[in-house]
Amino acid sequence: MNAHKIVCKSHLLKLLWTSGRSDRIKRLHGVCGRAPFSSCSPKVCIVGAGPAGFYTAQHLIKSRQDVEVDIYERLPVPFGLVRFGVAPDHPEVKNVINTFTQTAQHSRCSFYGNVNVGTDVSVKELQQAYHAVVLSYGAEGNRRMGVPGEDLAGVHAAKDFVGWYNGLPDNRKLHPDLSCETAVILGQGNVALDVARILLSPMDMLKKTDITQPALDLLAESRIRRVLIVGRRGPMQIACTIKEVREMVNLPDTRPEMVAADFKGIAEAVKEVPRPRKRLTELLLKTALDVPTEKEQEKRSKASRVWGFRFFRSPVEVLPAPDLSRAAAIRLAVNRLEGSGEGASAVPTGEVEDVPCGLVISSIGYKSLPIDPLLPFDSRKAIVPNTMGRVQKTAGVYCSGWLKTGPTGVIGTTMNNSFDTARALLEDMDSGALDVSSAKPGSQGVTPLLEKRGVKPVEFSDWEKIDNEEIKRGVAMGKPREKLLSVDEMLHVART
Amino acid sequence: MALVTATRRLVHVTLRESSRRAAVISAASLPTQSRATCLQRGFTTSTQPLRSDNKVTVHFINRDGEKITVKGSPGDSLLDVVIDQDLDFDGFGACEGTLACSTCHLIFEEEVYKQLGPVTDEEMDMLDLAYGLTDTSRLGCQICLTKSLEGMVARVPESVSDIRQSGDGSS
Repeated sequence: MNAHKIVCKSHLLKLLWTSGRSDRIKRLHGVCGRAPFSSCSPKVCIVGAGPAGFYTAQHLIKSRQDVEVDIYERLPVPFGLVRFGVAPDHPEVKNVINTFTQTAQHSRCSFYGNVNVGTDVSVKELQQAYHAVVLSYGAEGNRRMGVPGEDLAGVHAAKDFVGWYNGLPDNRKLHPDLSCETAVILGQGNVALDVARILLSPMDMLKKTDITQPALDLLAESRIRRVLIVGRRGPMQIACTIKEVREMVNLPDTRPEMVAADFKGIAEAVKEVPRPRKRLTELLLKTALDVPTEKEQEKRSKASRVWGFRFFRSPVEVLPAPDLSRAAAIRLAVNRLEGSGEGASAVPTGEVEDVPCGLVISSIGYKSLPIDPLLPFDSRKAIVPNTMGRVQKTAGVYCSGWLKTGPTGVIGTTMNNSFDTARALLEDMDSGALDVSSAKPGSQGVTPLLEKRGVKPVEFSDWEKIDNEEIKRGVAMGKPREKLLSVDEMLHVART
Repeated sequence: MALVTATRRLVHVTLRESSRRAAVISAASLPTQSRATCLQRGFTTSTQPLRSDNKVTVHFINRDGEKITVKGSPGDSLLDVVIDQDLDFDGFGACEGTLACSTCHLIFEEEVYKQLGPVTDEEMDMLDLAYGLTDTSRLGCQICLTKSLEGMVARVPESVSDIRQSGDGSS
């Protein structure tokens, strides 16, 4: 682990901090002098220390030698969904943390954890202290199904379930009940597949990951043996990607169970589509319909757990147990497809179907929330209205990541999205649309306010103490890390 | 997946020790996980003699259309070359060669593409997510240099943002 870190550090240091030849040629001279650390150096504040925040910071710092960037984060720990969203059994996806660490350790970047923008400091106060503010705080809320019974015990949003097994402090008291036989997941994106995979993975696979110990303990007692992943439309509209489907197909001690009728006409339709959709659909077809090889047949006959996609079904009600205390079944409307391809829509047929289950996970999308009433917010799309990352009607405020485009896309998508916003910001500095000619105090204008309000920020070196403690605890458990689960505990370690 | 990663890490640590023994340590020549991929495929660098003619010339066309000519060693992946040579492609190689992203997406000419060897399902699965996918696209972390690829040209495709930047007239 250490060798890996050292290797990456030197590589990425080179990768990041070489000024791009093309950028240099394109850059106009700014109004402000170029001397670093002059009182005139442009100061940018970023709200949110997830991938969007870090990629925006990275691009800004790399592109101009005088820009100083401060990243504010609500939690004491950085990295957002890379830490709390990416599945524990996908550690390679978390390699981007090395890049983010490089950025945070740069002399022109500072991390301020444990600061809640909106309650500890207002966006207006940030605008006064900085030349520009970039909102990158992602999507903390959930899209609700909007059906009766949604608030029964046994029903959870995927975001909360994922937060629970990934150690998000707000979700540590979730205590999902895993004593039922069947779990139904609504939604067929990668998050839904992550949930299914964590529910069905053998313990000896999970226990070597950074999944939290309480989650591991609960999953070890789980009686869930069947997971259905339900979508409104058909196999050719499924939102997940092929890697995740392949992981389900290859998951030890499990067998797939699909409905052949769901695949009517698919083998024909798949011939005309682009390669990514084609390969994914062919894998689904093969899994659902093909006669298995002898080896696969043996695996299936021995499997103790079952998973399957169910198509053309929308939730209409979560039905309670006789004592009304918890979910006991989900009522699904049967749909038919109108149109074809990515734009096809689900139309109810009038038929319904009840599926007995004890755990319902709704994985139909995260949702951004407004943090300041003075900022524009599009409640319909749940994003901050913007053009190329420039927040509408609000000079000097930008946005990047899911807050800008909506809560879909992998880390790579967010990276491009954030680079975009950084470019827009840099353009505005160069053109004078963003006035950087007068000095701004930056964090010196904010930390006194925080102090007055009894808020003590966590610095990046404090996070490193938390990081080391988690790794140390992980060694004892045979895991890459054992995450601290509460803000109090994090602050305690940070302050020691 | 976790086992594959662990294997890669183990292999890369072994390779690193070989580098040490070869007594040519510069920050640039430290191996990455992508070098481990090439090792798994049978391209060892640990026994290569340290002669300056044992290099492979690679031409990269960056997103501005500029041609950048560099040299790599047999057994290096194209991601290794980009990193070792400090080539400044925005966001390239985010997952550090572990087939967990598609940011090292490169496009080749037909004749070169044919020489690049088979594509695993694992690579194809991630490649499928790349913006601007073509029939001659590959992930740079999976392409291992050999002498027969001398003079190859690899184009760095535009990312989504590039397309929007060029067409957009809004301020």
